[in-house]
Amino acid sequence: MSAFPRSIREAAAVLRRRETSALELAELAIARARADEHNARLHIAEDHARAQARSVDEWFAGRGPGGGSPPTLAGIPWACKDIIGTKGVVTTAGSRILEGYVPPYSATVVERLDATGAVMIGKTNLDEFAMGSSTENSAFGAVKNPWRADRVPGGSSGGSAVAVAAGEALFALGTDTGGSIRQPAALCGVVGMKPTYGRVPRWGVVAFASSLDQVGPFTNTVEDAAIVCETIFGKDERDATMVDLPGDQLRRELDKGVKGLRLGVPKEYFSVKGMERGVEKAVRDALGVLEREGATLVEVSLSLTDHGLAVYYIIQPAEASANLARYDGVRYGLRVDGPDLLETYRRTRGKGFGPEVKRRMILGTYALSAGYYDAYYVKAQKVRTLIKAEYDRVFETVDALVTPTSPTVAFALGAKVNDPLAMYLNDVFTLPVNIAGLPGISVPCGLSEGLPVGLQVIANSYQESSMFRVAAAYERATPHHLARPEQVAA
Amino acid sequence: MAIDRSVVEKVAALARIALTPEEVERFTGQLQVVMGAVERLKDVDTKDVSPSASVLPVRNVMREDEVRPGLAADEVFANAPKGGRDGEFFRVQQVLEERP
Repeated sequence: MSAFPRSIREAAAVLRRRETSALELAELAIARARADEHNARLHIAEDHARAQARSVDEWFAGRGPGGGSPPTLAGIPWACKDIIGTKGVVTTAGSRILEGYVPPYSATVVERLDATGAVMIGKTNLDEFAMGSSTENSAFGAVKNPWRADRVPGGSSGGSAVAVAAGEALFALGTDTGGSIRQPAALCGVVGMKPTYGRVPRWGVVAFASSLDQVGPFTNTVEDAAIVCETIFGKDERDATMVDLPGDQLRRELDKGVKGLRLGVPKEYFSVKGMERGVEKAVRDALGVLEREGATLVEVSLSLTDHGLAVYYIIQPAEASANLARYDGVRYGLRVDGPDLLETYRRTRGKGFGPEVKRRMILGTYALSAGYYDAYYVKAQKVRTLIKAEYDRVFETVDALVTPTSPTVAFALGAKVNDPLAMYLNDVFTLPVNIAGLPGISVPCGLSEGLPVGLQVIANSYQESSMFRVAAAYERATPHHLARPEQVAA
Repeated sequence: MAIDRSVVEKVAALARIALTPEEVERFTGQLQVVMGAVERLKDVDTKDVSPSASVLPVRNVMREDEVRPGLAADEVFANAPKGGRDGEFFRVQQVLEERP
């Protein structure tokens, strides 16, 4: 076979018909990853992938572990954001300070995918420690957008978004702290989903901002996203920050359509400064499609939307400054020796961290320091309470919210890298969702200036099934999810 | 206190990060802009509002305190910086003074 399948469902069917083997599919994915011209990959795990694929082929031949037929994800090639630990496979978080680090254990999400027979092809590039919205902050070079090489792919999970958009993997995992899955999914024209806080184990994932981080998938279709979530959702006793809810049956409402649903349209999401007209038009058209499909659109108000950014840029750097204290050059990673231990810490961190990480360490340490803790950190936590309450009130009257994912299409490489605030503003529609811990998904809703636009569907906590239902109804009604960059389609 | 060079230097010292003078200069300007945007929080009335450290409706998660196998020491030490292993320990620079 030479054509790369267009979805997990399609690939799973081809594998079951024995038209191709898992090894052939893995070889194809490896070849495509090697040919990648977007700097999407930090590491291609060829031997690892071949070994996984061979054992899946044994499974398909009836010689699997414990018998039984292989699950849907068996033999499906996937790519892993390099902030998620993979036993025996280098994991850097996009940082010099972790260059060459080989985890002695895998993240729970990786263990779960391994158990289904999914084949990990390699690790994807990202903003250092997931800090960024353009994947330009990687210590290993910026990632390019496959739709236009002079544009960013979004971030921080830019490499994972590109791996799926450019047909180098059938799904990818990312992490989303303020939009790092949904925003690059929007800018690269694929599906990207952030689960409710507490549904996916973070054991083995490099911690960034622990009250906000979640792991989630990039896929070609909404159904594929639900398939991946069914595998990675669910309690892990090694992660104490989880709810004890079963993760199965996320596809049960996929085909129900939106007839009779009330969908909220937050007016503040359409009045943000810097919103591009082409983006607004594509999203308004998408709302029209949902209405024609039978949904009732209801204008709602989320008056604190603008304040989300301020809350986020206190809480997130504060938590990050605590989490990243562990990178001290003693047990792993880079060490730059100084005359004493304190100087070794300072030099190691001064050399090992890039500019954006340093900025956030300083910002976070400042917000937590004596005299500012109440004025900034506690104040931000109080406004967080209000933001959550505002969403709670809105979800009393609507089934889901529909909004733009990002105010702009993919911007030019270099355009915002020296203007942190302009970069941060790109996440204005996604980060309030993390503040409130809600699930959100971005689905492609057309092009503006030849570049993809994303429609974001936000549901109430633990209502992923409803979120998938709305997203799938939109996907069925339009061809936008099939659009791919020219060089890939060719 | 607004963010100026001395604040950035002081906070970088607390965060154990060595900065070059150029970094101090650049970060000072950039962080002034970011903190300017953050000041908006003061406009929100938060009287009688409790802070949220997390949105998770779970508190005090308990489990049995059982002995379980740990990580393989050689795999863990394989990541130690050069000269950073001393038998079954990580080697660090001397922290305490020698006894007189």
